[in-house]
Amino acid sequence: MMPLTARPRLWRLARLEFDPVRNRRVLLYPEGAMLLNDTGGEVLALCDGTRTVADIGAELGTKYHADVTVDVAAYLAQLVERELVHDAQ
Amino acid sequence: MPNEKPGVPTTLLAEITHRCPLHCPYCSNPLDLARADAELSTGEWQRVFTEARALGVLQLGLSGGEPLLRKDLESLVGHARQAGLYTTLVTSGLGLTRDRALRLRDAGIDHVQISFQDADRTTAERIAGLTSVDKKLAAAALVREIGVAFSVNVVLHRGNLDRIGEIIEMAASLGADRLELANTQYYGWASLNRDALMPTRAQLAAAEPIVDAAVARYRGRMQIIYVLPDYYSEFPKACYGGWGTVYIVIGPNGIVLPCHAATQITSLTFDTVRDHSLDWIWRESPGFRAFRGDDWMREPCRTCALKTVDFGGCRCQAFLLTGDARNADPVCSKSPNRHLIDEALAVVTDLETTIVTAPAYTYRAMPPTPTAGQRAKAAVGD
Repeated sequence: MMPLTARPRLWRLARLEFDPVRNRRVLLYPEGAMLLNDTGGEVLALCDGTRTVADIGAELGTKYHADVTVDVAAYLAQLVERELVHDAQ
Repeated sequence: MPNEKPGVPTTLLAEITHRCPLHCPYCSNPLDLARADAELSTGEWQRVFTEARALGVLQLGLSGGEPLLRKDLESLVGHARQAGLYTTLVTSGLGLTRDRALRLRDAGIDHVQISFQDADRTTAERIAGLTSVDKKLAAAALVREIGVAFSVNVVLHRGNLDRIGEIIEMAASLGADRLELANTQYYGWASLNRDALMPTRAQLAAAEPIVDAAVARYRGRMQIIYVLPDYYSEFPKACYGGWGTVYIVIGPNGIVLPCHAATQITSLTFDTVRDHSLDWIWRESPGFRAFRGDDWMREPCRTCALKTVDFGGCRCQAFLLTGDARNADPVCSKSPNRHLIDEALAVVTDLETTIVTAPAYTYRAMPPTPTAGQRAKAAVGD
């Protein structure tokens, strides 16, 4: 779990793009690309280094009428483990 | 597994020129280097990048030779970035001025990878075949200054593997975000220099704990990628997820290949983007279809449980060492040709009991020089 007070941002070397060929968002970084599903792409698009994990969870929770904060924190923890996301603090 | 269905490619390596100021004896370029007047023009490369993106390519490597020798590099980078490609410049660093670094940044380069030959200046310049270390250090400082992603790449071999600890510290002191430590693969010029480049088993065993400790120590600061030499493995490498599945290489003259070493498979022919669309070459061309799926496989691959893991290993290596690209990669312990690998390693094993003398390298050449008339014709694309 990424702490709810952390302010996630993408690795300095990574860039989020929309891929019209695969019709999904992709995270691009040196020598690699991660194909994202809809929710993964929405989470990463909000990782701007100013929003907290709790902010992102609340924002997506409002959109989907569900409590997704725990899922968001767990998903981001996986990306932190792969060094694709960092805490901006 | 169906034999014919092509997937969606992710990566294009564009070798935009074979011209290079360095003469590294492990160069992966083919022995028959493309001449300057045969290189694709600016417009041709830009069309190819657009086609590649439409086909699904996400990653573009601009390589060579030395890509900075193309005066239109900034235009190529700008076009690639606009197409949405994550663009890496693969360079020796020679020719990177402050002005060019800033222009590359403004054009949208994502990532610059600079090669270093060694942590020791004398050995580094002996490999490169010219005075180059100060220029590389200056180039690394410029890449840091423009703030884009920065990787250091070091090809490992018998002559530098003992300094792997110093090499890692050098990359860290340069401020690299990533460090690629890639043991030599024996294609192109490296295949001519195999006996001089092959590390010993003892060297590899000594390097492993040093690399492991550094990976842990630099976690979060510098990502370290360590590529082992396949000759010392029991099973072959799965080249780019199998032939024609995700990876495309295009040579300076527009020849399209499933792997940078594929021109060495002289039993195949490959098409160029001057004659066909990239889409057709990817989906339909005989060269790309040759080893898709597994219908082409022979024993021991055909009935092997690992055939969906390593795809029979490297087709180029199978051809280079056994004369038939449909054979199992001879690195595989199940290959009837494994003795070819063991014989190559035996040459090095003998060295461990004698004195390791400085090996004599066959240096990479320059592409053939065009005539004055050909030069005038080529000036547009230069």
